[in-house]
Amino acid sequence: MAGNVKDTNYISAREASKIARFNRKVTAKLEAQHANKNTPESYYLTKMHDENNVVEFDNVCTYFFTDIGTSKAVDGISFNVPKCSTVGIVGESGCGKSVTSLSLMQLLQRPSGQVVGGEIRFNMGDGKAYDVVKTPTEQMQHIRGKHISMIFQEPMTSLNPVFRIGQQIEEVLELHYPEMTKEQMKARTLEMLELVGIANSEGVYSMYPHELSGGMRQRAMIAIALACSPDLIIADEPTTALDVTIQAQILDLLRELKDKINSSIMLITHDLGVVAQMADYVVVMYAGRVVEKGTSDDIFHHPMHPYTVGLMKSKPVVGQKVDKLYNIRGSVPNPIDMPDYCYFRDRCESVCDRCHGEYPPEIKVSDTHIVSCYRFFDEGEVLGYPRSVNPEDLLND
Amino acid sequence: MTREVNVDKIIGAGAESDPENLLVVKNLVKWFPIKAGFFKHTVGNVKAVDGVTFAIKKGTTMGLVGESGCGKSTIGKTILRLEEKTSGEVYFDGQEVFGLSKEELRKMRPRMQIIFQDPYSSLSPRLPVGEIIGEAAREHQIVPEDELDDYITRVMKACGLQPYHKERYPHEFSGGQRQRICIARAVALNPDFILCDEPVSALDVSIQAQIINLLEELQEQFGLTYLFISHDLSVVEHISDTVGVMYLGNMVEFAETDELYANPLHPYTQALFSAIPVPDPDTKMKRIILEGSIPSPANPPSGCKFHTRCRFCMDRCKTEEPEYREVKPGHFCACHLMDEAGQENTTDVQEG
Repeated sequence: MAGNVKDTNYISAREASKIARFNRKVTAKLEAQHANKNTPESYYLTKMHDENNVVEFDNVCTYFFTDIGTSKAVDGISFNVPKCSTVGIVGESGCGKSVTSLSLMQLLQRPSGQVVGGEIRFNMGDGKAYDVVKTPTEQMQHIRGKHISMIFQEPMTSLNPVFRIGQQIEEVLELHYPEMTKEQMKARTLEMLELVGIANSEGVYSMYPHELSGGMRQRAMIAIALACSPDLIIADEPTTALDVTIQAQILDLLRELKDKINSSIMLITHDLGVVAQMADYVVVMYAGRVVEKGTSDDIFHHPMHPYTVGLMKSKPVVGQKVDKLYNIRGSVPNPIDMPDYCYFRDRCESVCDRCHGEYPPEIKVSDTHIVSCYRFFDEGEVLGYPRSVNPEDLLND
Repeated sequence: MTREVNVDKIIGAGAESDPENLLVVKNLVKWFPIKAGFFKHTVGNVKAVDGVTFAIKKGTTMGLVGESGCGKSTIGKTILRLEEKTSGEVYFDGQEVFGLSKEELRKMRPRMQIIFQDPYSSLSPRLPVGEIIGEAAREHQIVPEDELDDYITRVMKACGLQPYHKERYPHEFSGGQRQRICIARAVALNPDFILCDEPVSALDVSIQAQIINLLEELQEQFGLTYLFISHDLSVVEHISDTVGVMYLGNMVEFAETDELYANPLHPYTQALFSAIPVPDPDTKMKRIILEGSIPSPANPPSGCKFHTRCRFCMDRCKTEEPEYREVKPGHFCACHLMDEAGQENTTDVQEG
């Protein structure tokens, strides 16, 4: 069966062609929906559940239709990003944290990567909200850069080496504010460069990316992201490629800027230390699902999910010496052939009887703290199960 | 040219003949020439390593930390003679590494091994894992040919790999498993010394812990000596017995791990420690933010190389290079603050 491959190391030619045919059909259908320019606004207009949120992810499923089957990179995740706050998304590589942000930006590697289910509600202000999943690509171009912007991990590869820094910042302004004059744009660009702590703004304005150090490049990237005063900034591992001392500078800058420009930050990282220093809310992801979410106080002082606990114990902390580091045994399950029980069961040290059943629901243990683990089944209110999408059904409707 | 440093004051006279020291590095200098023009004449030098002295005792781990571009990896490669030195001496088990003939060096090679940072690019994609691990062991005749297969199996088991992995190729493994293969490849030669060049930087947190534990187990089992290069200070604290902090090609501070982490003396070390994000939202640390970035090693600042970013910079620092000397027993530091009664100056800051 397509989308359900047993051994990923070997697929017969017959299976391969079956998968390819299926993928072609599904992606063609989904692509057609995005490309339709004449989609009426009412089709993707929706209402926020809570007006104080910038984004609401509601059971979002993002699948990749690959040559060896359907990879469920993000499979039914729900969380909110409140206004003027920082939400940290933590997880190991391959857990779907970047795919989540790319789904919101509609920047997935298409046609193979597709959001196949759920709703991403983005608050446009004035009581209006767009469902990003249904928004056509044309309309999305007006949102990207202006309402949502992104800071990428590797500043060297995400800046264009053949354009000057000034031009690259002005490009964003030119696109979203066509009425601006050249002088206004330059003034705004210089203002942005000063805002991100570049003292020599006139000089940097006419420099090429290779003339700047890693930290300065990341500052230029942040200036591009801030140029249109977006409502939401997605920072995808903004400091991973930088040294600790430079990392401290950039994190300080981000914290300052958030207050200055009144926007929310979605901070994606694998470093628990960075999250603890930056975030108000934390979302812990594992194998494409949210396993625990809450305020940073909930997560760091009362971690509940065995994965969160393990993750914290396995990182050595300066000043706290242990003889042997805790390690989570085994490794992440194959995203193409996920088990139907809790994804963490095979690595978990506190398995109970219920764990052998279906994937655990979201359990609300306190007002802000939600965990997906059967050990807390009787202690809190059950909110609902993450719903997966069967790839076969996509062809039917 | 290179400065005259009294090496004996740092590691003691005749350290190279002391059987306790496995590795002794004396005033090691490695400059990379910058060539320009039609005739490729040398117009300058990138001073990657500029006079570093230290000794590692048998069976211990020394950590080496610093920002990228400070010369950590160059030191490692020069010790193993993968790069030729510019000047200085390196003694491995009493023998000067750079004085060895080709034949002698070949005999020495299996005793010092290296684990690289990126397990994706350091394994040949065309060789099965058994061959990757066994190739060098066969070449150096570590065990007789007919026992080789059993030997590889034993090494793989010690490194947490299954015997049936032997027939597989590196692309079939995850990052953590590949790093195990790299470790098995190094351990298979029965070495005394392993240079670990950022072995866990490319791995996820939960996998990092597995690899660090494995390295510690192997050290106990085979009595290995490590030089552990990393920019992750918390990992270095966990694994090392002694730690050296480098800045722009120089060692600025060196002490036993507990002493260094409890009582960092050099302003750079203090800034480095304060920049580590602690996974606890309540600990709002008083960060010491270093201004600017690391200067170019081709044109390092005069005097103390750190003076352009230092909070305690004095006039003297701009012209006069501080001496790297023993400030407390076993605690070395190169800073003018230590010369005067300046110790109080620096220690009150880190408590704040």
